[in-house]
Amino acid sequence: MLELIKEPWPWYFSGPVISIIMILLIYFGKTFGVSSNLRTFCAIGGAGKFSDFFKFNWKAQTWNLIFVLGSVIGGFISTEFLNNGEPMLLSAGVMEDFKAMGIANPGASILPDELFGMEAIFSIKGLSMLIIGGLLIGFGTRYAGGCTSGHAISGLSNLQFPSLVAVIGFFIGGLIMTYLIFPFIL
Amino acid sequence: MKKIKFLLVGILFGIVMTKSEAISWYRIYEMFTFQSFHMYGIIGSAVGLGIILIQIIQRTGTKSITGNDIQFAPKSKTYPRYIIGGTIFGLGWALTGACPGPMFVLVGNGFLAMLIVIFSSIIGTFLYGLLRDKLPH
Repeated sequence: MLELIKEPWPWYFSGPVISIIMILLIYFGKTFGVSSNLRTFCAIGGAGKFSDFFKFNWKAQTWNLIFVLGSVIGGFISTEFLNNGEPMLLSAGVMEDFKAMGIANPGASILPDELFGMEAIFSIKGLSMLIIGGLLIGFGTRYAGGCTSGHAISGLSNLQFPSLVAVIGFFIGGLIMTYLIFPFIL
Repeated sequence: MKKIKFLLVGILFGIVMTKSEAISWYRIYEMFTFQSFHMYGIIGSAVGLGIILIQIIQRTGTKSITGNDIQFAPKSKTYPRYIIGGTIFGLGWALTGACPGPMFVLVGNGFLAMLIVIFSSIIGTFLYGLLRDKLPH
């Protein structure tokens, strides 16, 4: 059983587990949406002095911070105890792309060391990627009022048309980055 | 102690995101180049079952754990914010391979680079808060 759990989980198992997480949070009287926590962090840090957007009762969001803390612990448990150490099986079609980007062993771990390892953090290019990426994520999710969990999972499950528009936006941005910007930076 | 349930659900979230490899930059690249069905399968099956379960909750009038009616707040119907904000987020998602959930899960996986992404995403949210009155929604 444990050996089976240590294998990568197939999509048809993982997707329904995510639905169940969403439903549990709904049953607990909350909603599934991770990016809201970024606004909470701003409020905790005193951003309310600069914008009314951050003047809200963030203590009512403590449950979501606890959820995020749990997700960090879940990541730790997975990598420490539920990991069989096998490399990822990536599709053949993208292996050449990764090699061309200078990634020596694509799939050896869950993120490429060349982009997210210690050496990358201390390079101008690597650090800029992380900082700019984060800025776009934080700005974009709040502007759109949600991220993958809030719009793609919760919103679409509740048949919200605005969420479909947001998800189309996610893809426009993702395709621009992948096809128009990556060729110049990677 | 009432809040421990959120910790447990969060732990399950961290595990499923890691074991499904949805936190992987490689998988996000495969998704945006349409080279793998994996991410579409995860999101599609999550939404498919999600639709069914939410319909059941709504039609049976299931109450929450505290005995209250379960409310589904509709999203506001002003569209520029969704398409512009969504596009900005999509750029960052493809660049870092992480959305807000996976950023945190990856820290648990030991990728300290994600702390930088988390920090700058908080700054990004702060900048949105400063500029929101000037932006089209």
